[in-house]
Amino acid sequence: MRVSYREAMRQALHDALVSDPRVFLMGEDVGRYGGTYAVSKGFYDEFGPERIRDTPLSELGFVGAGIGAALGGMRPIVEVMTVNFSLLALDQIVNSAALLRHMSGGQVSVPLVIRMATGAGRQLAAQHSHSLENWYAHIPGIRVLAPATIADARGMLAPALADPDPVVIFEHAQLYNTEDELRDEPNEDWRCDIERAAIRRPGSRLTVITYGGSLPKALEAADELARDGIDVEVLDLRVLRPLDTETIAESVSRTHRAVIVDEGWRSGSLAAEVMARIVERCFYDLDAPPVRVCSEEVPIPYAKHMEDAALPQAAKIVAAVREVLNV
Amino acid sequence: MNETGDMTEAVTGMPERPFAHRLLADMLRIRRMEEKCAELYGAQKIRGFLHLYIGEEACATGAMHALDAGDNVVATYREHGHALLRGVPMDAIMAEMFGKAAGCSRGRGGSMHLFDAARRFYGGNAIVGGGLPLAVGLALADRMQGIRRVTACFFGEGAVAEGAFHEGMNLAALWRLPVLFLCENNLYAMGTALDRSESQTELCVKAASYKVPTLKVDGMDVRAVHEATCRAAQQVREEGGPFFVEFRTFRFRAHSMFDPELYRDKAEVEEWKKRGPIHSFSAQLKAAGELSEDGFLDLDAAAEAEVAAAVAFAEAAAWEPVEDLLRDVTTPGGRS
Repeated sequence: MRVSYREAMRQALHDALVSDPRVFLMGEDVGRYGGTYAVSKGFYDEFGPERIRDTPLSELGFVGAGIGAALGGMRPIVEVMTVNFSLLALDQIVNSAALLRHMSGGQVSVPLVIRMATGAGRQLAAQHSHSLENWYAHIPGIRVLAPATIADARGMLAPALADPDPVVIFEHAQLYNTEDELRDEPNEDWRCDIERAAIRRPGSRLTVITYGGSLPKALEAADELARDGIDVEVLDLRVLRPLDTETIAESVSRTHRAVIVDEGWRSGSLAAEVMARIVERCFYDLDAPPVRVCSEEVPIPYAKHMEDAALPQAAKIVAAVREVLNV
Repeated sequence: MNETGDMTEAVTGMPERPFAHRLLADMLRIRRMEEKCAELYGAQKIRGFLHLYIGEEACATGAMHALDAGDNVVATYREHGHALLRGVPMDAIMAEMFGKAAGCSRGRGGSMHLFDAARRFYGGNAIVGGGLPLAVGLALADRMQGIRRVTACFFGEGAVAEGAFHEGMNLAALWRLPVLFLCENNLYAMGTALDRSESQTELCVKAASYKVPTLKVDGMDVRAVHEATCRAAQQVREEGGPFFVEFRTFRFRAHSMFDPELYRDKAEVEEWKKRGPIHSFSAQLKAAGELSEDGFLDLDAAAEAEVAAAVAFAEAAAWEPVEDLLRDVTTPGGRS
């Protein structure tokens, strides 16, 4: 069955709402509007306004309310429309959700899932194009997921809801219309792990490490390189916190070279953290210095050609791979 | 009850003697515990921030006695008294301030983060206004699960300047959630007086703008606080929606142990001290023939004894082994 990322996410949410009465969805325009990205279309009529809860434009308030509801025995899924607006809720995510377990000496847990769209590429200009996954991946106490495939969009929500601690899920806005085959056996358990990175394309000469909306670009670059006889591996981080250092180290130790692709800005990026771990773990296995392909250090511009130039692109990844391989 | 009320002048008759003595005893327990804390801070047994509640004891005492054991409580970083009257043992509070593993947050929280999940005491929150959205969520969870319970949320008047106050107030009113908002207005947000930070200094007007019913009460009068909170809590229980109560109070000590108090006159502090909640209530009880000087001294001695035992407990308690440093970042047995 060919399914879009949007539909896969919708099915995952539907399953969660059907299977657990403690689960509810809360956020701006999740109800009557059907979700900004149409992920919750039809849910309001099916599950009602209590469980598909439209909120005012109060990111700090309703994310905090989600944390409180999780403390109170519910399993809230809070949709913050985009990562850009999550900055208004950052205090509650960082100072409450992530810390309550520790500050209470282990007495309480916060089983909360926060979903948000992320990323650039649609000419939405500087305030609507952030890629701040790394800010969240910096914080102990929360798990950060970046489903980049249809299977992960379908399978990551259930284990995220089963996690007793806060989980933040980043859905790259450019992925919603992507499609792929999804198994459609009845009673299929779609759950996937939310622990490990995944090799999306095996290869021998270099490892391209990426996540989220940059995965399709990395795969496109790998295809182009393959046409020239250059065989590269593509590793999808999937879980941005805690990072799966083992899978990264295993791959790079085998290929001896790494290019890290990250839509975040280069300075202080997740790519920098991945690179640091590669150097810590694989220094003597490396045949060349690792290289990063990140967003340029500029607010994301509106004009199409300038936005394209600011973001990682397949052509930049190809060039970076050729530089490292010196071919 | 009217949409908004003012009980600053209204107090009914004296409560029954055992309960009146309980109120006085609890104010004394908070006072003596915190005086000892200040002393222990000087001795460097307690470190970090220490925000004393001295002068404001009538608020926590009157309010806590108006709640049921099953209610939720969300508090601030000035919450030693609230935790104590919620039933957290003084031993565990003192051990927490010492940073010991026997503390009520296992030494990970300290003075500002006292927790007791079994007593539904959801902490000491050290971000001003941070507790209001949490309280809204706790009440939402109760409503969705069909649990009849009040969530009491304490905060200072400084919180009304935060977005969290306005967002939380709106959500609670919009969704008709059983949150009892209890604002301890001690007139100074750290060093900034209310009239230097707010265009509207009548806090009940702010709450009322969200269609939340309100009461304003003398926070130095434990009977008035108790009566007002009982009425507000009853309305929340019966009608399901939120309620806002403002306690007009004053802290006699500095904001924290680092505060040189350059922003207010000593005369103002002395004027408020004349209305101190402990001596004014005990004077009222004596005048009514409900308390003797010996009776007062007995209550005070009991509080002092409890404090001495708590300090001994905290002194003797063990430190958490540093090997456990990474414990409780995430839930054991959980995925993360």
